Amino acid sequence: MVVFFRTWALGIKSLMLHPLRSGLTVLGILIGVAAVIWLLAFGEGISREAQKQIEGLGAENILVRSVKPPSEATANQRGAIPYGLTREEFDTLVQTIPTIKSAIPIREMRRQIRYQGRLIDGRLVGCTPEYAEVTRLEIDRGMFLTDDHQRHKQSVCVLAANVAERLFPYEDPIGRRVYLADHTDYYVVVGVLRPKNATAAIGGSLDAQDFSNDMYIPISTCRQRIGDIVVNRGSGTFSGEILQLNQITFRVNGIDNVMRTADLIKETLKSHDRKQDVAVIVPQELLEQAKTTRLMFMVLMGFIAGISLLVGGIGIMNIMLATVTERTREIGIRRALGARRTDIVRQFLIETVSLSVVGGATGIGIGLLCPYMVGWVRDFAFRNWAEVMNSLPAVVKSVEPHIVPLSIPLAFSVSVVVGVLFGIYPAIRAAQMDPIEALRHE
Amino acid sequence: MNIACRATELTKEYVLKGETVRALRGVSFDVPEGDYVAIMGPSGSGKSTLLNLLGCLDRPTLGNLFLGDKDVAKMNDDQLSNIRATRIGFVFQSYNLIQQLTVVENIEVPLYYQGRASSASRKRCKYLAEMVGLGDRLGHRPTQLSGGQQQRVAIARSLVNDPYFILADEPTGNLDSNTTLEILNLFAELNKNGKTIILVTHEDEVARHTKRIVRLRDGLIQSDTRN
Repeated sequence: MVVFFRTWALGIKSLMLHPLRSGLTVLGILIGVAAVIWLLAFGEGISREAQKQIEGLGAENILVRSVKPPSEATANQRGAIPYGLTREEFDTLVQTIPTIKSAIPIREMRRQIRYQGRLIDGRLVGCTPEYAEVTRLEIDRGMFLTDDHQRHKQSVCVLAANVAERLFPYEDPIGRRVYLADHTDYYVVVGVLRPKNATAAIGGSLDAQDFSNDMYIPISTCRQRIGDIVVNRGSGTFSGEILQLNQITFRVNGIDNVMRTADLIKETLKSHDRKQDVAVIVPQELLEQAKTTRLMFMVLMGFIAGISLLVGGIGIMNIMLATVTERTREIGIRRALGARRTDIVRQFLIETVSLSVVGGATGIGIGLLCPYMVGWVRDFAFRNWAEVMNSLPAVVKSVEPHIVPLSIPLAFSVSVVVGVLFGIYPAIRAAQMDPIEALRHE
Repeated sequence: MNIACRATELTKEYVLKGETVRALRGVSFDVPEGDYVAIMGPSGSGKSTLLNLLGCLDRPTLGNLFLGDKDVAKMNDDQLSNIRATRIGFVFQSYNLIQQLTVVENIEVPLYYQGRASSASRKRCKYLAEMVGLGDRLGHRPTQLSGGQQQRVAIARSLVNDPYFILADEPTGNLDSNTTLEILNLFAELNKNGKTIILVTHEDEVARHTKRIVRLRDGLIQSDTRN
């Protein structure tokens, strides 16, 4: 035991002869280990985020969305092309599939919203009263749309927090009339929502949704006042599209029925297969996919971290080979004074393991700081380069790294293994030296 | 009288660039305990080869070499290491102290490889350091010492494992004449106290301080005389 501690102390002493060199070697391992923890933490954070969002869609829900066909598919056709889900299909689905508990038809479009002199770009959403519950919108003042509004096609609307704030900076929006640009119809504000965070895109079929500029009206009103034809004016050109529904959100009676119902829906909507203008999104399915993706992501992250550890290990080996050459004479002296080959191997191994363990331990420390550091860096970046930061994808803005507990012992044992693995060759080389030659070495 | 070291028909051959070089061609001699022998000879006489064999750093091609009652001629690497650690005290021309260790720690190194390093051995190392006149420099590093002082540390180190003999390779080669004398006096004193010393040198000045001179020439003993 005494001998072991002495060897250790000696190793540390030898390493301290070259503090800069040892420090840089430690840095190599440190970065590797911290990378393992950071990358796994980010991977975990991102996949949790995705999981939360998918769960937010509701495991009992099925989303069917209209997808605009690619422009080349319609390039040789003139005028506005009808595509997507129809109300007829909506009725068919609701009436023929018994496992559907409720269904919400949704119509969305970009519109400018006006109140007196103020004008903002917003998203007009035609929907039914259940929409608030399904997308977890919370009412701040007033109320959400009601069945009454829906039935009587009333000209009422509910505003998202941001819209309300910008159109009505000084007054209470409830009861006021807002206008859509290009239209002379007005909508009476009946409710204002609380602010809601944007969601990230999931897969290819569900875009990121930003709820901050929304204006909700009953879908019946929407059909009557606006209709199915949407004309988008650009500079010197305009294009039209004919679309009855953007999305239908189905609720299924029981989680076990979700997959079967989804199959029935797909079967019913088979006519869209050729045009591929409808996508069926099953959150439950996405959840499964997300798990696989998460695993792949972890493997990839582990691979990258592994490479950085490999680089750190090569750094150790490089330094130790230099050290062995430099200390040839010391090896000769020790051999002459009775050191066996195994003593020499042990001595050099202890040095490499010390380097990698110190690197590993500090790496873990820095790895654990990850969540805090990400917070600070992000705050700092938002304060100084707000525009750049705002243009970044939502994932970058919102991801919270989540330390995977297993990554700590993993990182530590990997660092020890790296020390042994990359230290063994230089150590054996040192031990194989002929003591006579080594003593003669200048 | 007990024998510290006995060589019988020691032969050592090297293969150098396809040619066999016979460095030693049958060397026999005894070193009784308490002797003080100088091994001399011009370069190429086999002096260094004999030194390496006596120091158990190398194995003879033929012949036997007894240290005490053990024949080291056929030992393997680990056994030789063990003999070096327990039975031989080395003193080198260039001192060969370990730079990152202090005086006391340097003296302790041979014990360390016998697994005998302990607080009791620390005391012994301090005592030896005092004996060679470095009692006030225990915590110094080799670079903070003069050549003569470093050689004293090396001598103290050679004594720590209570060896069969001290094997000194040109111990005064790097020292000025005053310091040389001091070191030789130290050896003489150790010998007077019963230590066996084998000293390899090419200087007659140094050899004159010993009790016996063995001269080598072309791998054979040319003469073996007592002063």
